[in-house]
Formats: sequence, structure tokens, C-alpha cells
Amino acid sequence: MNERLVTLPRILAAMLLIAAVIGFGFYANNYLLQAGTTLAMSIVLCLAWNIVGGYMGYPSFATAAFFGLGAYIGGIVQNYDLPLALAWIVAAAGGAVFAALLGSILLGLRGHYFAIGTIAVVEVMREVANNWEGLTGGAIGMNLPILVGSPRAVGIFFYLAMWALVLITFVLTAMIVNSKFGFGLRCIRQNESAASMVGIDVFKFKVKAFIISGLIVAAAGAVYASMVAFIEPKDVFNVLMSIEVPVMVMLGAAGTVLGPLVGAVIYVLLKELVWVNFINFHSAILGIIIITVIYAVPKGILREFQSRLRSILTARPLNFRKS
Amino acid sequence: MLAQYIANGLLIGSLYACLAVGFSLIYGVLSIINVMHGTFVVLGAYITIYCSQYLGISPLIAALIGCAIMFVFGYLTQRFLINEVVAAPIFISFTLTFGFDLLLNNAMIHAFTATPRSLLLDYGSITVAGISLSVARLGAMVLALVLTGVLYWLLRHSQMGRAIIAVRMDRHAATLLGIRVPQVYAITFGIGTLMAAAAGGAMALVFPITPLLSGTFLGKSFVICVLGGLGSVPGALVGGFALGLLESFGAVAFGAQWSATVGFALMIVVLVLRPSGLVGRKGFE
Repeated sequence: MNERLVTLPRILAAMLLIAAVIGFGFYANNYLLQAGTTLAMSIVLCLAWNIVGGYMGYPSFATAAFFGLGAYIGGIVQNYDLPLALAWIVAAAGGAVFAALLGSILLGLRGHYFAIGTIAVVEVMREVANNWEGLTGGAIGMNLPILVGSPRAVGIFFYLAMWALVLITFVLTAMIVNSKFGFGLRCIRQNESAASMVGIDVFKFKVKAFIISGLIVAAAGAVYASMVAFIEPKDVFNVLMSIEVPVMVMLGAAGTVLGPLVGAVIYVLLKELVWVNFINFHSAILGIIIITVIYAVPKGILREFQSRLRSILTARPLNFRKS
Repeated sequence: MLAQYIANGLLIGSLYACLAVGFSLIYGVLSIINVMHGTFVVLGAYITIYCSQYLGISPLIAALIGCAIMFVFGYLTQRFLINEVVAAPIFISFTLTFGFDLLLNNAMIHAFTATPRSLLLDYGSITVAGISLSVARLGAMVLALVLTGVLYWLLRHSQMGRAIIAVRMDRHAATLLGIRVPQVYAITFGIGTLMAAAAGGAMALVFPITPLLSGTFLGKSFVICVLGGLGSVPGALVGGFALGLLESFGAVAFGAQWSATVGFALMIVVLVLRPSGLVGRKGFE
């Protein structure tokens, strides 16, 4: 906490990284562009989950609920012939409002009950989207206007939009972590009653974190919806997404700034490499990844790597202390 | 007409109670949300269907064979795979069982295909006081209720049952009293799996079964347990009947496509207003 957040090497590294990402977008072929956009979306969702699930320690499975909500709000607004940017902003605002409502109901629950409640929300939202045909088009799905321009230019546009969202979310996370608010969230994770006793307005903090997370996920959902130009309830309200995202974060390291990034990159790479060869065993492979992560790297690759590095650097013969 | 809806609701409700009681037991004793539960139900149903179709034995005996096989399966699963994460935070055990469920379900779809299979029983139906009841449904109801009752009795009166309840109340004190907690965990998980298989066997008497139903079964177990109160046999019974009646009447009031949503929505309401469930209190009895 005492180190300065913004240092020259960090600025240089960030600028290099941004330049590399933009450059990749213009030179990559269509497949890589698509994969790069998926990766960016995964990173955004992971960073957003990390605020509630990682720092605050509330195991939320509501990711798909906000994602689907954002996708549908964005879709509905766009279908009124309103501009793209407005659709995304409305979707983000909708996500925030929904998060405020849902958060003030569900965040009173702890542990199992919170987890069950968030999953139930995804189920309810999917069924509502399935059955409210007048608004959502029902199970048939909803078409969105396709952007004018060559497919390649449109692809690059969404690639950059998704990565811009990554940048915003990443900076936001870094700011939260180094603020009083972030400190409060970590206190809540460690001991909620104690946090309340030292004067943290626990409920307000929790709802605030939930709103930030929901806003980001809904925005990502809206960008996704405009990109694929067709959404259906079982695609955007997919419980699998609610599970995949925390697994990615865990793979990296929950409750760190870089963990979600590392986890998402490794996970998406694994998926892209393995998926294409075993298309029929899609969910089995996901299952194997989950099982491996929990048994082999429960604290995340980043922490594993750091502790290895530290033990090499300090050159102790044996490390009996468990971190 | 009203009586018919109530009768249908109670018939399906008893199946639901049986469906949820194993899930509830595992939750209560191990503090684990077992995502594999729905898949266990489907496996139990398939064993029943295959045994009775290819070996030509009565579906009732086939269901009991399914229970026995699944007990062993559940015992070994807990002993060698789940026991590692019993003490871990809820998020870890939930995600791990989810991973196993994806694996199992994918394997099942490959082995059995997604085509619905059913027993094709035609025992006819009987009419009591203007209410028509299919015999197969009645049989399923009896099977489900008897097994749930046996479980309740065993928990109260057998030595293993008392040990299970002791572990549920306080695992550290139970260890001090000489109860082998890992053994109790494994047996509890086995019993939970057995009850899932029993529910599957009973379901197979009534509905066509496909591996794709496992998510539905899991969702219903969630709703039932929260409605009645997580972790108790009477809770599962109350929740099961409540959901059965709710779906029966909800289908009339809102249309059949909303019945699952009504269940989940009610669950969120109960979760917020009365987290311990309609009849919930602490302790597994």
C-alpha cells in the first residue's frame, strides 16, 4: 500500500502493452481477432467478478444475470434505432440499477445462501427472457442492427471497444484496491462483524462493490450483443458463464489485480487450443480444467509463482512456513 | 377439479421430497452443495430403466439395485474426491462438484445419448371420489415416501444415524466422542446419492428420462430445500409438497411455461425473508 501506484516503469510497460494490443488488432487474421475479442471480454468479466468475489469474498454467481441483462437492454435500445454508444451507456446504467436492487436484497445473506440466491437470479432472468416474448423475442432470440462497414473493420472496432473496456476496468480495479474503499472490502472478506465494529458501513460497501461489478458486466454484455448481432436467452443467461468466470479468476489468483488477467489469458488459450480438437467433449474438458485448478492450484497460478520465486530468492533450504 | 390439482400436486410432491432429501442431507452434514445431485438422479433412473428392460425384473427391484450401486458410487466419490475439500470454503466445494458434474454429464450424454428413455408402464389408473390416479404414479409415490421415511427412522434410531446427526451438530465434539468423522462423511454422501438414485427410480416410473434433465432435477432440489429449510428431512418433505402443489396450481394460474420460474422466484423470496425455510430450525432431525 505504501508503494507509489504510478511509476515510470509501470507507465512505460502499460504503454507498450496497449500499443501491442492495438497493433495485434490491425495485423491479426480474422480468427485471431475473434479470439482476441473473446479474451478481452473474459478479462473484463473476471476483473468485475474479482471486486465482489475476490476482494470482498462474496461467492457471486450472478455474472450471467448482469451479462444477459446488459445484452438485452443494449439490444432493445439499439432496436429503437438509437446510437450504439447510447445503448451501451443505458445498458451499463441498467446493470447498476439492477445491481443496487439485487444487492440490497441478496447481500444480507451469507455464504451458501448468497451463492444459491445469485444462481437462482440467473435462472429466473433466463426464464423471464424466454417467456416475455413481446420485449425480448422469447426463445427465438433477438436480432440487432448490424454495423455498416466491412466485416474486418467492424471486427477491429469491437476488438478495440472490448479492450478499451478492459483498460477502464483495470484502472478502476487498481484505484479501488488502493483506496479506503478497497481496504474496507478486504476487511469485509476477512471478518465482516469486525469490519462493522471498526466503523465500516458494511452494507453500503457491499452494495457499492456489487453495483460497480454489475455495471461493468452489463456494459460487456451490451458490447457483446452488438458484436454478435443476435442474442438468445440460453446464450446470454448461461449459468456456465457464472461458473467459468470465477474459475478463471481462481486460476490466476482471486483478490489480486493481475490474477484475473493471468487466469483469463491461460484459460482462453487452453480453451482455444483444446476445444477445436474435441468439440464433442466441450463440457467434459471444462470440467477437467475446473477439477485441476481446484486440486492443483487452489490459490492461483500467480501466488504459486510468487511464492516459488520468493523461496528461490531468499534461498532458504526448506520452507516450513505455510503462507 | 380442485381435488384433482391437489392430488396431482401431492403425488409429484412426494417425488420431489425424495429428490431433495439426499441433497439436503449432504448439505446439512458436509456443508457441501452437491451439484452432481441431478446427475445422480438421472444415473439412478437409467439403472432402473436398463435393469428392468434388459434383465426383465420388476421396476421396483431395479430401482433398489440402482440405489445399492449408487450408494457405493457415492461412498467412493466422497472418500477419494470430495473429502479433500470438505473443510474448504463453500465456493471451492461448489465449483469442484460442478466440474465433476460437467464431466459426468458429458460422459452420460455420450454413453446414453440425449434421447429420452422411459419404462412404458401401463398399469392403468384408478378413480377415487372423482380423482383419477395413475397406478404407476401411486407406486412411485409409495416408493419415494417409504424410502424417505426409512431414512428419517434410521437417522433417529440407528447408531449410524445418531453418529451422522452428531457430526452435523458439532464435528469437533463428535471426533472427541470417538466418531470416525471421515467415515461418517463418506456414508452420508453415499446415503445422499442413494436417495438421489431412489428419486431417479421413482421418476423413471412416471416420466421419460434424459441426461439433459439433470439440471432441472438439481434446480428443483435447490428450490425444495430452501423452501422447507436446508438440511432436514421434514424440511425436504414440506418443501417437496409445497413445490408440487405450487407447480400444479401455478401451471393453471400462470401457464405451464412459468412453473419453474414461479418456484425459483418463491425461493428467492423465502431465502430473503426466512433463510431457515418454512419449517426450518437448526439440527438435523
